Amino acid sequence: MELEPFYLSAKLAFWTMLIIPFIAAPIACMLAFGRFAGKSAVDALVSLPMVLPPTVLGFWLLVIMGPQGTLGMLWENVTGQRLVFSFTGILLASLVFNLPFAVQPLRAAFEKLDHRLLESASILGLSRTQAFVRVIIPNSLGGLAASSILVFAHSLGEFGVILMVGGSIPGETKVASVAIFEAVEALRFDDAFLMSAALVPVSFLVLVLINRINRRR
Amino acid sequence: MAKTSTLSVAVQKSLDHYDLDVDFTCEAGSLTAVVGPSGAGKTTLIRIIAGLERPDSGQVCLGDTCWTDTDSGVFLHARKRKLGLVFQEYTLFPHLNVRKNVAFAASDQDRVDRLMSLFGISHLADKRPSAISGGERQRAAFCQALARDPVLLLLDEPFSALDAGTRRSLRSELKDIKSELDIPVLHVTHDLEEAEYLGDSILAVDHGHVSPDWFSGQMCSLRSMHSSIYQGSSL
Repeated sequence: MELEPFYLSAKLAFWTMLIIPFIAAPIACMLAFGRFAGKSAVDALVSLPMVLPPTVLGFWLLVIMGPQGTLGMLWENVTGQRLVFSFTGILLASLVFNLPFAVQPLRAAFEKLDHRLLESASILGLSRTQAFVRVIIPNSLGGLAASSILVFAHSLGEFGVILMVGGSIPGETKVASVAIFEAVEALRFDDAFLMSAALVPVSFLVLVLINRINRRR
Repeated sequence: MAKTSTLSVAVQKSLDHYDLDVDFTCEAGSLTAVVGPSGAGKTTLIRIIAGLERPDSGQVCLGDTCWTDTDSGVFLHARKRKLGLVFQEYTLFPHLNVRKNVAFAASDQDRVDRLMSLFGISHLADKRPSAISGGERQRAAFCQALARDPVLLLLDEPFSALDAGTRRSLRSELKDIKSELDIPVLHVTHDLEEAEYLGDSILAVDHGHVSPDWFSGQMCSLRSMHSSIYQGSSL
């Protein structure tokens, strides 16, 4: 059984889990407390990766991140490297794909906060950003933990988007799900069975952890 | 902003069942008790003064500085008004201990210590709000509001969720402390005796309007009720 794809999957899940709260928390805060024109559209846009087939999302990301795409060209100009078929590329794709899974639990946690705490923060002289950092986040740690764990688990199982954006480069983009797919394609069922079996307890443990956090909240 | 300024309020706002239309002043160093039946518009008035709501029209000024003036389009955000507000329910931050709550917006740490000692909660410094009693939480809320050295203190039924004994004790502490505060204090309460005990002046609001008759009428009824109870018990 190949172990490298597992290492890559864990690395991808770890970095996605680490980076995504910085993107998801402000968006969740804006959706939970903000009153602005086009809120429904922003909400729908953030949730879009949840309903789009992963191959469709992967295709559009490939277009944007490819050598002719806006982001791909910009990245190549700055770093001299290609964005697609690289670990950075699949990490970016993973962030986009996981965004709704990070935003939803955080938004729910923010909406559960006692609104008077925010009024208190305001009366005590805090700006919106200060209130976000000093009041909202510390009182939503359960939601933040649930969101991070969900994203970690979800990243471990990513397939369609990763295959479209990253292909299957050993040591770079060939994550566990892609390795399982290739093993099946090559009729190496024993390998596929072992790799698949290894992912089950990890996912199970993650779900148990999320349930425990949700019960505490 | 210099202290010892007078709060002057003249605001109008359409509410669900009536219009709020209130005009009054509150001198620095004095406590104005705002009384009235439930739903009279007292809390809305406090929220407008605090900058948590906007009036349809009118002004909220402290001394020469207008915080809200619909005519000239002035609306100073609540965070810039530098006021203290104690709500009916406890609004201490649950993730912080008592001392960190009190010091949350304070610039002078000595003032934090002095206030905590004055309100008798120094020994609770390391406790979380969930680990102390309702009365202690309200004492901490008072300290938090005053630690900022506010230019105006707003109290929105701060004792209503407390038991009678704690209420009496906090009421008496507030009476002692208010003489040291050189700022206007607005105290919303539905308890007429509390209003009479604490208030240097009374502002009765009924159905959104200032109604001095409402307060005198209610006090008459209260006194005659007390008198009948007394006579009944002496028979």
